[in-house]
Order: sequence, then C-alpha cells, then structure tokens
Amino acid sequence: MHSALLALLMAAQSPSGEAIFTSQCAICHGQRGEGGRGPALTRAKLRHAPDDAALQRVVRRGIPGTGMPGTWLSEAELVAVAAHVRSLGRAVAAAPVPGDRARGEAIYLGKGGCAQCHTVKGRGGSFGPDLTGIGARRSAEHLRQSIVDPAADVSPRFTLLHAVIAAGGRTVTGARVNEDSFSVQIRDAGGVVHSFWKTELRQLRKEPGKTTMPSFGGALSASELDDLVAYVAGLEDEQ
Amino acid sequence: MRFALLLLASSPAFPQLPYDRILHSDREPGNWLTYSGNYQGHHYSPLGQINRTNIQRLKPAWIYQARGREHFETMPLVFDGVMYITDPPSDVTALDLRTGRPIWHYRRPIPEGIAVCCGQVNRGVAALDDQIFVATIDAHVVALDAKTGRVRWDVEVGNHKQALTLTAAPLAINGKIIVGMGGAEYGVRGFLDAYDVKTGQRAWRFWAAPGPGEAGNETWSGDSWKQGGASTWTTGSYDPELNLIYWGTGNPGPGYDGQVRLGDNLYSDSVIALDATTGRLKWHYQFVPHDVNDMDATQVPVLIDDMWKGKPRKLMLFANRNGFYYVLDRTTGEFLQATQFARQNWAKGIDAKGRPIPTLQTEANSTGVLVYPDDDGTSNWFSPSYSPRTKMFYQNVREKGGYYYKADTKFKPGQMYLGATKRDVPNEEPYGALRALNALTGKQAWEFRMQSPPWCGVLATAGDVVFSGTMEGDFVGLDGWTGKVLWRFQTGGEIWANPISYRSEGKQYVAVAAGNSMMVFGLD
Repeated sequence: MHSALLALLMAAQSPSGEAIFTSQCAICHGQRGEGGRGPALTRAKLRHAPDDAALQRVVRRGIPGTGMPGTWLSEAELVAVAAHVRSLGRAVAAAPVPGDRARGEAIYLGKGGCAQCHTVKGRGGSFGPDLTGIGARRSAEHLRQSIVDPAADVSPRFTLLHAVIAAGGRTVTGARVNEDSFSVQIRDAGGVVHSFWKTELRQLRKEPGKTTMPSFGGALSASELDDLVAYVAGLEDEQ
Repeated sequence: MRFALLLLASSPAFPQLPYDRILHSDREPGNWLTYSGNYQGHHYSPLGQINRTNIQRLKPAWIYQARGREHFETMPLVFDGVMYITDPPSDVTALDLRTGRPIWHYRRPIPEGIAVCCGQVNRGVAALDDQIFVATIDAHVVALDAKTGRVRWDVEVGNHKQALTLTAAPLAINGKIIVGMGGAEYGVRGFLDAYDVKTGQRAWRFWAAPGPGEAGNETWSGDSWKQGGASTWTTGSYDPELNLIYWGTGNPGPGYDGQVRLGDNLYSDSVIALDATTGRLKWHYQFVPHDVNDMDATQVPVLIDDMWKGKPRKLMLFANRNGFYYVLDRTTGEFLQATQFARQNWAKGIDAKGRPIPTLQTEANSTGVLVYPDDDGTSNWFSPSYSPRTKMFYQNVREKGGYYYKADTKFKPGQMYLGATKRDVPNEEPYGALRALNALTGKQAWEFRMQSPPWCGVLATAGDVVFSGTMEGDFVGLDGWTGKVLWRFQTGGEIWANPISYRSEGKQYVAVAAGNSMMVFGLD
C-alpha cells in the first residue's frame, strides 16, 4: 500500500526532461548537449527538428539510417525532454573551435593524407567513413579524439575483419560491408570489395572497436591538430 | 483425360472444410488446414518427398508479391488446390496452387491512426466449412465466402481507437472461431473470444486480466487489472479429447513498472487451458509472476502424448520467451520440468513447484538495468516445430540483451503504457540460432548459428529436413538429426514468417513469406 501510494505520488509529478536527457541522451549528445558521437544540440536550429513537433517525433521514432534510436517515452516525457533540448540551444553557444580552417584543409589534403581514405563532397578514398557534413553530426571534441585516438569510438559499420582464405592462407583485412550466416563482404584499404562464402575461409576474425586508421597525435603539432579539427568540424554541409 | 482429372482434383470451385477434416489433419498430409498444421501445434509436415538426399534440387516454383509495406508474417493455409494468405495490414488473398495466380482478393480499408506497437501485420487466416476467417488490425473478425472472398459476416471485437488490435490467425474448432487480441503496450485489458461460425455471434469471452468477483483479481493491486494487459496475440492449440483450448498470454500492463500493479498479475505471462464450449478456465500455469521485463508467454503450446517417468502422459511443451523450456501435464497443468535453452539473467532457476527464483533486480531504473533476453524475447510468436520422427523440438532463438530505463507511467487510452524505455547494449553483436532440443529432456542436440536474431519460425518434415530463415534473407534446409546445412536460397528479403509444406498434383512444396514475397519451392 505504502509503495503503491508512493508510486502514485511520483507519477503525479511531471517528468524531468533534464533527468531523462542525462540518463538516456547524454551518452551520445554530451551532458550539456555539447555533442560527442551524436551531434551537438547547443544550436538554435536542429537539422532534423525544425519545430517542436518534429523534435518530439525524432525522439520518439529515431532517425533511420543513423545511430539515433527511437524511444518509448510517454507524451509528457517527450514534451519535457524536447523542451530541455530546446533550452540547450538557448544556452551559451559552444566554445569556438580554435585553429584555422584553410590551413587545416591543406593538412587534410597534404601532410595528413586524410583524403586517401575519406571522402568529402564526392572526392577522396572510400575505405573510411564519408566525412561530408561530419561537422553537423559530431562535436569538434569527438572529431579531435577520432584523429588522436581513432579506436576510441568505431562505428559498427566499420568493424575490422581479417578473413583467412582456406586455399593458400592469404589474409584479407578490411571493413565489413555486409555479413550474413553464410557469406561476408569486406572492403580493403584500397577500396576493393571482396566477397567470400564463409566455407571458403579458414578463419574470420572480428575486431570490433579496432580500426586501421593510425593515430595522428604524434604526427601533427598541437597547432596543426587544431587546424585540422577546425577544418573537419567546419564540414557541416551535406552536399 | 489426365489434365481434366487434375483440374477437377485441384478445382477451387467447391471448398468444403468440415471440422472433421481439421480434426483428422493427419489423414491428409498434403494439406495445411490450420495455423500450426494440426491442433496439437506441431508445425510439422508429414510429407517426405523432399528429403536429405534430394533437397539439393529444390528450386523456386512461383512467387506471389504482396502489396503491403509492413512485415509479411502470414502463415498460409492450403487445401483443395488453393492457398489462402493474408497481405498486411488485413487483406486476404486466395492463390491458385498450380500457378500462384490470385483467385480473389479481399481488401480491408483500414482507418488512419491505429495505434499498434509492432506493425500493422497479420499472421494468417482460419478456415472452416465454406468460410475463411480473418482477424483485422481494426479489431473486427470477418467471415469470407471461401469461393469468392465476399463478406458473409463482420463483427467488431472491440474498440481499435483504444489500441485494441488483432494480428493473430484465428483458430477454427467445432462450430467456433477462437480470436486472440493485442494491445497490452497500451494498457488494453486482455481477453480471448469465441464466435459462432455461422452467425458471428460471440459465444464466450475469457478475461485474461480478471475483474472483481473473478478468480485471480486478487493478484492485482487496486484497479490495476483495468489496464492489466495479458493479451492473447499468438494462435494457440487445442486438445479435442479434453475439449481444452491452450493459449499463451502476454505481459501485464504496464510492461516494465511493477509498482503500479503489485501482486502476481494473473493471468499474464501464462498458458491458460479453457473449456472450448464454455470458455471457463480449467487450469493455468504462470511462467513469470509479476513480470517487469515484458516476458510475453505468447508462444505456441505444443501438445504431445509420450512416456513421462515410465507412464504415458498428455504433455505440453512450451519454449518460453523467458529462456526456459517447459514440460507441463496438459490435463492438470502440473509443472513437470524446466530447462534453460538461451541466455537469461532474470531468474536463478525454476523451483520444484514451477515458480521462478528471481535474481535481485531486473526492473527498470534511472541508470539502466541490463536484462537478458531483451523485450523481443529468446522466443516469440514465430513457431517452433516438433518432429515425431526425431522426437526433437526445434526452436529459433534470439540472443540479445537490452538496457531498461524507468519512464513515467500514466495511463491515457490509445497511448503507450510501458513504464520504461530501452537502449541496445553498446558494442554487442546480437546473434541467433536454430536449436534442436530433445523434446522430453530439453537437452540441446545441435544448433545452427545465425548472423542476427531471427523472426522466422521452423518447419520440420518427414523427410527429416528442418526449414527456417534468417533476417539476411537466407531460407535454409538443415538435416533434422545433425543441423548440417543441406540447402539454402537467398530470397532477398527479411524472413518474418513460418514456413509450411503441402502437396499439389503429387509434388511436395515448401512455402514461406520473405520480404514482400510468398515464395514456393519444389523439386525440379
């Protein structure tokens, strides 16, 4: 009886958007919405949520094809969490990213060699993730971490595989394009897609959380790193 | 002459399916007359033309493309030269077995804005006498003329505006159509209905969340039974000798907040045995008392007669969503045995009386509680298969966990009423398996690993082949004794359905819905 009464009292309170955000959203969007694996929400305009109804819909249904999942929050909770997200946009703007974008672009194309593996606006290699619009999807801090410590957060879509071919023993290493119970397709560092029946393989080793991307922490000076981060974080346009 | 005879034999002109034919479905192994192939829920084909030796020659015979965009979960019925299927959301199509071409199509217009947790899907029709029955997403039962698809009667089961929805195939018994319902995710109070086959008049209703004055009401605190869930959304089984209907019931509402509904919450997460004539409860067995993890017991009860500890006994086999495989006495409901068949962390075990020994805490909280299995369960609505030849119970298994966070619990008709929200386990790659269990001991004989947790049922046949499918579209035929992959076909679509087998013009076929296609395979 006592706990039933307590539950009733608790249910009567309106839900706290901040509490929901902290427990369920912050893991990707940051404690104060500063972004991380998910985009920063400290902006007045959100790409997928031009108005409150759209924002609630995004929280309810997620965004297909991205890491944003749907939730089972109630109407009241949706309203509360959406209001909290809006308040993040009204808070102090995110700290400006230090560094020079133009110098960063030169490092991206030159010394960093980033374009060998990454695409921006249709140009570059295909082994790594497409960075077009990445600045709108990841925080600058998260991008900095990805450059210095690439293994810290690897998308499951780029799970590293080593396929040892039974005939001859050659190993193909690359990112998983697709896998089912019988076959696997792997994109190697040169961008070539290899398709195997699993019966053709002696071994299929998976390294979730591993990546072939080297750390650029030692290769770049502190100011070069700032420049590169400024350039990549500035890639906000989707086209 | 032969051509004319075949036409007559496969003529769709006079479909007549009296109760006696379904009762003795073993006498016509070439047909598939009721949801699970027989009343006992075996989901097994006594056809052996396709076997372990010749299965390599299995090829597509025809494909029918459904128009719906929802998951195509239909279980076909086949008799007298016609296949009857449902197209999502609630349409019915009769297909000519020889060609795969439609004979008639019943289109059900569906009102906008129907609240349904898991898609506007449908799992198939029932057939009796000269009628086909469909339970619709807008909560009606409709009887169609089997020859033409025209409506004979159409009755409202409940109010779809309050999120009461029907997705399961009805079960046709002598003179009655048994209809289960869904909606526990919206706080709908669960029930099981029977309707007169000729008039559509309701014969009885059993409330799965009993009200005041009904036995079991004392297991709900306050008025919580009113939103008590325990829906009945997967087709059950029937023992004609005992005249008992066996049906699994779903989670209590709200699914993840036990504080607003203290007590065992009968008859949620149970199997109920009802007198088919009166709808009265003969016995019940509750798998998960006071469930807070959505452990729906909406699986197909499988009925076998076998020796148990030296004596012949009427048994029920039940591979529950909660990760345990149960053997019950189906005359009395007595608990006989439970064995774990998949990963779970909600119970330390099941005690001698059949009551689970819970682990400390699996109810959602503000920091997230990790629960195995997740809310999709280790098993679910997809059918297991029992082979009387191998005496194995074949079950597809989902190996996946989830984190559950407490959310508010306010009931508003037509809105989600859950009490939690969920996140997948980071960096975990969930997987699936088809497991073959010794039907009596529950001991695993073999498993076939799947890349992802499946939503496909299993079909064992007298050819000792076991058919099933994967989320990546592979439809497979395995050796029923060893699990060895004998044959596979990439269908190009996720497989969310139960395969069946039938015979047409002397040849055995296997059918399964994959993607938007009903695919039929036969030997070349």
